[in-house]
Amino acid sequence: MPNASEFPRIETGAAEWVEVEVDGQPIQVRAGDSAAAAVLAAGLVPSRSTPVNNSPRAPYCMMGVCFECLLEIDGTENVQGCMTEVRPGMQIRRQQGARHAEPVTHEDRQS
Amino acid sequence: MQATHHSARTADLCLIGGGLVGLATALGLQRHGLNVTILDEADVALRASRGNFGLVWVQGKGDTLPEYAQISRLSARLWSDLASRLREDTGIDVELQQRGGLYLSLTEQEVADREAMLLRMREAAGGDYPFERLDLQQVRDFIPEAGPEVAGATWCPEDGHVNPLKLMRALTEAFLKHGGQIANSGRVESITPLAQGFKIQTPEGEWQCQKVVLSAGLGNRTLAPMVGLDAPVFPNRGQVLIAERVRPFLHYPTGHVRQTGEGTIQVGDSKEDVGFDSGTTTEVMAQIADRATRMFPILRGLRMVRAWGALRIMTADGYPLYQASEQYPGAYLVTCHSGVTLGAFHAGPLADWIATDQTDLPLEVFNAQRF
Ligand SMILES: Cc1cc2nc3c(=O)[nH]c(=O)nc-3n(C[C@H](O)[C@H](O)[C@H](O)COP(=O)(O)OP(=O)(O)OC[C@H]3O[C@@H](n4cnc5c(N)ncnc54)[C@H](O)[C@@H]3O)c2cc1C
Ligand code: FES
Repeated sequence: MPNASEFPRIETGAAEWVEVEVDGQPIQVRAGDSAAAAVLAAGLVPSRSTPVNNSPRAPYCMMGVCFECLLEIDGTENVQGCMTEVRPGMQIRRQQGARHAEPVTHEDRQS
Repeated sequence: MQATHHSARTADLCLIGGGLVGLATALGLQRHGLNVTILDEADVALRASRGNFGLVWVQGKGDTLPEYAQISRLSARLWSDLASRLREDTGIDVELQQRGGLYLSLTEQEVADREAMLLRMREAAGGDYPFERLDLQQVRDFIPEAGPEVAGATWCPEDGHVNPLKLMRALTEAFLKHGGQIANSGRVESITPLAQGFKIQTPEGEWQCQKVVLSAGLGNRTLAPMVGLDAPVFPNRGQVLIAERVRPFLHYPTGHVRQTGEGTIQVGDSKEDVGFDSGTTTEVMAQIADRATRMFPILRGLRMVRAWGALRIMTADGYPLYQASEQYPGAYLVTCHSGVTLGAFHAGPLADWIATDQTDLPLEVFNAQRF
């Protein structure tokens, strides 16, 4: 699933690697990355679809303004990925259309 | 250029005010073959039409005036025809849904009071007034997410809702498509009755017309005396909260909370007497959110994305003003609080009355002499 990314990582120093899952796939990211950066670095775009037209979107401003980076993070939908720092084991999912009013559960996440 | 400009400044009929009331009435007048112009203020204007709750609501409307109940229900019946005409003319789906609506209450007393009111209305309507009183279990048959604090509801199968912003756009586009003109000519300064027709002065120049309709909402108060009418309207503020879009769960509109066709949650129904201040206050927003989350605890986890205040156009009894000037024939006053609900009535029978000066409707009860 992870594919070629348009966002090559610039070596900046000795941050640790952290493993998160995006749509169930393990991805290595740097501690301090945002969830949106993790998704971009892994080439997992589009990272959401819009509620009204289902059109594809990806993180854009990376500074909390545009809301294009909405993701489901650890079971909470519509979270701004660019404002959320990764944690080891974080479960990230693409946000498909409108969120649910109630908390989501995923039957397929049993490991 | 000059000549075209000049000739564009006469019309069979001018409406002053291009909100939901003016636009709906204008569409109906065009169906009589009239050449219609709307004169509207600029974007700074007070506009109830851009801030409302979108209900096409029947239950409880006209509890002290059967004629108002009658025109509200008539409008509700005419609404699907208006929505299909708008879709044909403009391609815009105004998201009309009329499968019934619920008015939820958090106290038994309020449910009982509403039932008593609706029973009186049923009696006044000779038995023909469909509604039901529901307990919490029955409410949950309609909306499973109703919370444990809900004491009950009243249900009316004739209630519904639309998307009011799409409605504004559709009415505007339909009006223009049928050859109407909208002049954002600023606040009308004066209306002068002539031997034949009227002369209207705006910051952008003059217009002349045979008939003039005052549909300027709160602005009618100063305009009405210029044509021998009286419009005792005053502002009443409502605050509205908007939550992020969620998958559909609220399949019926309620008096306080509704979900639009695109998933947005709209919460409202505050009433404040604060003059011409259309702002918001933390205190009232907190009350609105508190009541909504008690009615539907599922809303607690949702993010609010917007809030606004808007001014209702109120009369002392809450009922509309429909009146033709006796002093200056050809001038009419059309204003009301529930301009969404009454939209189809304005685009139909009310416009017919203005075009022909004839009607079977009991419009005399809506004149300003009642105050
Ligand atoms: C919070 C809230 C919730 C509501 N919910 C509902 C609901 O659920 N269902 C329902 O049926 N109704 C509802 N309403 C009421 C409904 O919105 C109004 O009845 C309706 O919008 C009135 O439309 P209008 O065209 O008369 O007024 P407005 O929208 O106020 O338009 C008046 C227009 O006249 C223009 N104008 C004023 N003075 C002048 C002048 N001198 N010269 C030129 N132009 C002038 C203004 O620029 C404006 O565009 C609600 C209202 C509010 C505030
Ligand atoms: S990318 Fe713009 S808000 Fe996150």
